[in-house]
Amino acid sequence: MNSIHDLGGMDNIGPLNIEQDEPVFHADWERKTFGLTLAVLATGVCPVDEIRHMSELIPPADYLRFKYYEKWLRGLEFMLLKKNLVTEQELESGRAEGGPAGLEAAAPETLQHIMNNRLPAFVDVELAPKFKAGDEIIAKNINPLGHTRLPRYIRGKRGEVEMDHGVFLLPDANAHGEPERPQHVYGVRFSAQELWGEDAPAGDSVHIDLFDDYMDLAEQSLA
Amino acid sequence: MANSHHRGPPSDAQLRVKALESLLVEKGLVDPQTLDAVIDHYENKVGPHIGAKVVAKAWTDSDFKARLLKDASATLAEMGFTGMEGSHMVVKENTDRLHNLVVCTLCSCYPWPVLGLPPNWYKSAPYRARAVRDPRGLLKEFGLELPEETALRVWDSNAEIRYLVLPQRPEGAEGMSEQALSEIVTRDSMVGTGLVSLPQ
Repeated sequence: MNSIHDLGGMDNIGPLNIEQDEPVFHADWERKTFGLTLAVLATGVCPVDEIRHMSELIPPADYLRFKYYEKWLRGLEFMLLKKNLVTEQELESGRAEGGPAGLEAAAPETLQHIMNNRLPAFVDVELAPKFKAGDEIIAKNINPLGHTRLPRYIRGKRGEVEMDHGVFLLPDANAHGEPERPQHVYGVRFSAQELWGEDAPAGDSVHIDLFDDYMDLAEQSLA
Repeated sequence: MANSHHRGPPSDAQLRVKALESLLVEKGLVDPQTLDAVIDHYENKVGPHIGAKVVAKAWTDSDFKARLLKDASATLAEMGFTGMEGSHMVVKENTDRLHNLVVCTLCSCYPWPVLGLPPNWYKSAPYRARAVRDPRGLLKEFGLELPEETALRVWDSNAEIRYLVLPQRPEGAEGMSEQALSEIVTRDSMVGTGLVSLPQ
């Protein structure tokens, strides 16, 4: 979705405010918003991709104006409404009108396990990689109305595959409850000049991780 | 959906979260003890002091550094520095000729188990917009002016992989202990928006 969350490369977006000795949370509602979101996600109600997309649905003017955890809060509310786990009225009143939601709350031990252990997101399937290190690729020019992790500033640009990270689930499908689409993810290098023109420093580069679906082999590699 | 969803001004976030918390607990969707455990973990347990230990160890143990650069996920997991948002880790080393900078242009991906939760500037629109487009100008606002001959690599963490920068050990730190070194490593140096310097 081509919305404001896809910020890479925008100009005139305001000053950078660096706060010295910043606390982890600035207010109790931030603390609670963070904790509630993780606790709800740990029930398995949806993949992270789906709730990430909920924040992308915030209208651009609000997205820029909101504090960080307001975006989380709005994303969590959207998701709970979408899954019919709460109603608008319940969100207003803070009181449940129906019975239990039918999803079991995550136990503290479940969260401790997730927070303290390596739980790889690799998908255990044998899948031949479409690309290999050294391949010249062109990022696809896709403009889906849903979730994608291919930012606009990369689309249509030529890069070089540096490494294969393994097989993961394509967020574009995962965020929308579609059947899982396992694909290889590659580390890809784009020169700053390819992205921003010849005025960019010659030796600088941007590196980003791209799924099979996000790229085509460049013609010179096909030869 | 976004447009049909009318709610009050931002200042009512506190009331909304309070309502949401009681609602989710009442509906059996959230266990209050789980909520407390999550908050405690990220507010009090993890943070940049963990990444600093990793950096100090890499500065004093070349075998460890080699393993860290080759397979950061496994090496960090062996130390117990793993978990959500850090199961797939890559560590990038700064050198005299190369500087690394980490961003997430699409949201706020950050290596939680080694750095804790990100500061506001990392999650802000200006940082996300400029880190890929004008990283050298951005770094100047952090007080870091990179020499022209230093190549700058920006890592946009848009998938499952999370990045940590291994900063350069400052000149004159050769005799310092691993513990003393870990105390001078800053969060910013591990994101790439700062360098490590000796205490004055």
